[in-house]
Order: sequence, then C-alpha cells, then structure tokens
Amino acid sequence: MHAQEIIRSIEAEQMKTNLPEIHVGDTVKVGVIIQEGGKERTQPYEGVVISKKGSGINQNITVRRIFQGVGVERVFLIHSPRIESIKVLRRGKVRRAKLYYLRDRVGKATRLKQRFDRPL
Amino acid sequence: MSVGILGTKLGMTQVFDEAGRAIPVTVIQAGPCTVTQVKTAQTDGYSAIQVGYGEVSQKALNKPELGHLAKSGAVPLRHLCEYRLEDSSQFELGQQIKVDAFSPGQVVDVIGTSIGRGFAGYQKRHNFKRGPMAHGSKNHRLPGSTGAGTTPGRVYPGKRMAGRLGGTQTTVRKLTVVRVDAERNLLLIKGTVPGKPGALINVMPAKKVGNK
Repeated sequence: MHAQEIIRSIEAEQMKTNLPEIHVGDTVKVGVIIQEGGKERTQPYEGVVISKKGSGINQNITVRRIFQGVGVERVFLIHSPRIESIKVLRRGKVRRAKLYYLRDRVGKATRLKQRFDRPL
Repeated sequence: MSVGILGTKLGMTQVFDEAGRAIPVTVIQAGPCTVTQVKTAQTDGYSAIQVGYGEVSQKALNKPELGHLAKSGAVPLRHLCEYRLEDSSQFELGQQIKVDAFSPGQVVDVIGTSIGRGFAGYQKRHNFKRGPMAHGSKNHRLPGSTGAGTTPGRVYPGKRMAGRLGGTQTTVRKLTVVRVDAERNLLLIKGTVPGKPGALINVMPAKKVGNK
C-alpha cells in the first residue's frame, strides 16, 4: 500500500458517511455537542455557510450568523465527533466560492436568493 | 539506553481523540526491524544491538554487507542502526523488533534528517531582521555588520552567515505516541517529525535529560 492510501484509510475510520451535501450559500443548522458541568448536550447553531475548506478528514465549513446584532462566524470540522448533526435548511444561490463579502453588509443586503434545483 | 525502531515517514493527517479534539499526527511505517548484530562488553567493549530496516534486493548491497547480514539470517537490508544498551544479552540475532514495543501515550524522541533548503540567506537560516523595503533603502536582506574593524581585523569564527540550511540530523524530543497499529506496522505520533514523506525515521523512547 502506498503512503497516501494508508493515510486515507486511517482518515476513513473516523470520517462520517451520513453527511448531507453542503454548498456555499446554504443555510445550515449544526448540532454542536458541548460539555456543561460534566453533562453533554447538543446546542444548535444556525447560519449561512460562507466558506468550505480542506479535504478528507480536515474538511471544514465556516458558518456565519448575526447574533444580537453582532456577526458571529464559527468554523466546524464537519467530521468531528463534536458535531452531532448538520442539517441543510435552505439552498442559497451564489456566484462565489467564498462569501466573505457578506461581512461588509448589514440587514437586507445580506440576504441570499434561494435556489430550488438542489434537493435539501 | 533503550531500543527504538526504524521507519519511514508516510505523511501527516489528523485524528480525533475521545474528547473530540483534532490531534495532528505523523504517520510512520516502522519496522519490523531485524537484530543484525549483538555487541557485548567482552567482544566490542560496550553493549549494544544493531538493527536493520528497509528490505532491498540482493544486488543493491555489496558482498561485505551481505556477508554481515547473512550472519543473522536477515534478508538484505538498506539501513543499519545501533542502540546502546545496559545489557544486550536479552536480544539474539535475527530477532524482530516491531511497533508493538510502543504503546499509546508513550513519550518518544524522533530522529531524522531535516528537509534540505540549500544555500539559504540570513533571514531564513538565522532569523535575522530584514532591512526596510522602501523609503529609499537598499538594505533589504543584507547581513549588517560582521564585527569590528582594524582590531581584530578579522571576522570571528562562528559568525552567523548565509550557507547550507537543513539536511542535517535533527531530533524532535518528547512526542507522544497516539496510536499503534501492529497489523500494518504503523505508528501515529502527535506532532511533526523531520524530513519529507519517505524519509528514514528513528523512533526511540524519550531520553531523560537532566536530573528532574
């Protein structure tokens, strides 16, 4: 076996197979497992995917939302065991791979057009 | 004073631990290494074992090398390495050293050859500061002063200058073994190790340095 095949097989052990197809511009709901006083619970985090990066087990998404008037961006390793679930709520129509321009916009200007040709 | 293992660096990836944290790991395909010579204080003045790694075809080695390996009944091996021991009597010729000698959580030292960077300048090789890039400055990556003038009239030995960088033996100390795969002879070690994928790597149990 070649080096990269071995590394991929190590990664494959921990990669999730039940992930939905996520595109940039989608509105997603991420279930994040958080530890609270020895107890675990799932905290939902909802926002727009503005960037997808990495490949294999290192694949991550940046999810942006406006929380109490403040823009919040969180980066999730989508194969991490701390991510319980990812659900696509809405498909957005965008013409960029990275939606960093949304950072400079407020209010109505941050809306994305919905697209209907991709199934949820 | 402990036996390590020779291996090949395969590359890097990350694994998730029980807490769900992503741990950067280097994958090393190590062993099985064959004991090719047992040195004792009586015969050699010190006790050590010599292990070999890296199977090659017969024609890749010369006759003296093949003859040396034939004593232990080993197949032709590319790399030989010695480990000093307090007592080498527990090892015998032809014995195999495998990755199961290591356990997850163990602290190891990793020895390898660093990536060669060729003739490198002051900034890359010795972390000198750079000169101003603008405002009419022509001093961008120059060395600055190399010492005093007429007295001593020479540059002191050891003055840091441009030259060959990398390609030397490098030890990275106190790395943690994350996982051991005895079936595929794999070691997953947290952190980076010297060299590029394909490089020869020597993994040893961590050497205790100092009194603490």
